[in-house]
Amino acid sequence: MADTTTRAKLRWGLLDVVVVVFALIPVLWIMSLSFKTPATLTDGKFIPQEWTLDNYRTIFATDQFVRALVNSIGIALIATVIAVVLGAMAAYAISRLDFPGKRLLVGVSLLIAMFPQVSLVSPLFEIERQLGLFDTWPGLILPYITFALPLAIYTLSAFFKQIPWDLEKAAKMDGATQGQAFRRVIAPLAAPGLFTTAILVFIFCWNDFLFAISLTSTERSRTVPVALSFFTGESQFEDPTGAICAAAVVITIPIILFVLFFQRRIVSGLTSGAVKG
Amino acid sequence: MSERTHATPAGADRTDTQTGGRHVAVPRQRAGRRAKPPLSENKRAERKLGWLLCAPAALVMLAVTAYPILYSVWLSLQRFDLRFPAEREFIGLQNYVTVLTNEFWWTAFGVTMLITVVTVAVELVLGMGLALVMHRTLVGRGIVRTAALIPYGIVTVVAAFSWRYAWTPGTGYLANVFSDGAPLTERASSLAIIMLAEIWKTTPFMALLLMAGLALVPEDLLKAASTDGATAWQRFTKVMLPVMKPAILVALLFRTLDAFRVFDNIYVLTAGANETSSVSMIAYNNLIRGLNLGIGSTMSVLIFITVAIIAFVFVKLFGTAAPGSDDGERR
Repeated sequence: MADTTTRAKLRWGLLDVVVVVFALIPVLWIMSLSFKTPATLTDGKFIPQEWTLDNYRTIFATDQFVRALVNSIGIALIATVIAVVLGAMAAYAISRLDFPGKRLLVGVSLLIAMFPQVSLVSPLFEIERQLGLFDTWPGLILPYITFALPLAIYTLSAFFKQIPWDLEKAAKMDGATQGQAFRRVIAPLAAPGLFTTAILVFIFCWNDFLFAISLTSTERSRTVPVALSFFTGESQFEDPTGAICAAAVVITIPIILFVLFFQRRIVSGLTSGAVKG
Repeated sequence: MSERTHATPAGADRTDTQTGGRHVAVPRQRAGRRAKPPLSENKRAERKLGWLLCAPAALVMLAVTAYPILYSVWLSLQRFDLRFPAEREFIGLQNYVTVLTNEFWWTAFGVTMLITVVTVAVELVLGMGLALVMHRTLVGRGIVRTAALIPYGIVTVVAAFSWRYAWTPGTGYLANVFSDGAPLTERASSLAIIMLAEIWKTTPFMALLLMAGLALVPEDLLKAASTDGATAWQRFTKVMLPVMKPAILVALLFRTLDAFRVFDNIYVLTAGANETSSVSMIAYNNLIRGLNLGIGSTMSVLIFITVAIIAFVFVKLFGTAAPGSDDGERR
């Protein structure tokens, strides 16, 4: 018996290794490239022969990257906060209240989750040009909120359904209004769910490329993924590969940190809610 | 009000199929709402609060999707090139004729379809394997799950650059091993690399959706099947798959529509060279490079219609109940 469990463990262990290697290789590769010196950049070796931090120094010395990083962080954070607040309000109503139109709202957000984003690029381009939103932060924040909302609403309603609602009843019995019950009792209980949702929404905004490349035209609001695709190096004779890789690693770090610290929450958030969004 | 403590997608789906809900994404008013006692004060306050809380989210979503898509239909009926704004005029369906008789459009359409079908099929198999590993592994469950989340979370453009450099002759560790030419300059190998990049990035998402379904398979049922002498394969096909069916269909629907939007990987890997453009890619090119709003909008509308058809077919053929669509009914 002990023998079979050991063998089973070995087999699963082997499968684990396959999964981990498959998942990590592209990440390790781009890290490796970012540490290579220009001379060894094209040696095709997976592990750098000479290590350098020059690529990182280069990108943080250029305005192009720093500006894009500020844009990325600012836009993603603002969009996340707004989407989570609006999503929490709607999710609370969906999971707790009875009102006509609820199913319609759920249906609409589901449709938006499946909406082909490229279909919005042409009209939004023209609308934002007319409104003066083109190439501004709000011009990107708006579509991000829109596409993050279905994700936020589904994830949060799933979380909200697991909260012990008797506490709310107790609060109401003690004279609290529905609104007060929400703010004072339920919101603190819902904090972990809100936090998980915020991570998922942030990842979505951080990731976007299509809107960012279509609705921006200058450094004013260009985010890092777009800046990466425009990196050309200091002069046209300089190969930008090292710089691109260093920048790529920098914007991957927050994701890796989220995943390392909040793996359990992200998995539960995705499996309970994002199944639906 | 609600006795349910957790919402599971498959559970939700089953409820919906039982109630014969064939309508999925767009819920209708139920007949049951007809005869109602007059609303109490409390009830009315509840309604008002519900609307108030949902209004901001609903308004933003509609303002940024419904209005632009209608506007896009309007733009698609015009000759509208930003380089020649004076020539703007209403031309009816002319743009649609132009696009639908254009071979670039159909090539891109074919490429998009090919990528969608191949990647979703491969991801279903790999994702099922990964879900089983994440769900059942005896050792290192945390490590596997953490590792699997990295492709999900990473910026697609970053991953695409990693693949591009991996296949660049000289620079790349893969290019030197697998080929002597430059794989990203030929059509077939480019498409294969684009699909590889897509599969790497989105298999974990598929696996997570499937894992949610896997969690619903009752352990007792597996044990019973095992006692009755069912092999591992039989347990998988006869016990697990039927229970997981709703979760599988939801995962397929979401991934299919998502795969159809493929853009980032193609942009970075080939920029659409050698006929590797997807429909998103050429719609983008017509708009931003060509500044042709009329044609760009026409493609937007066509893509929207295609996606709507795919969703409709899925729902009709497989009866995929949209998750959460029965929320209103449950309580």
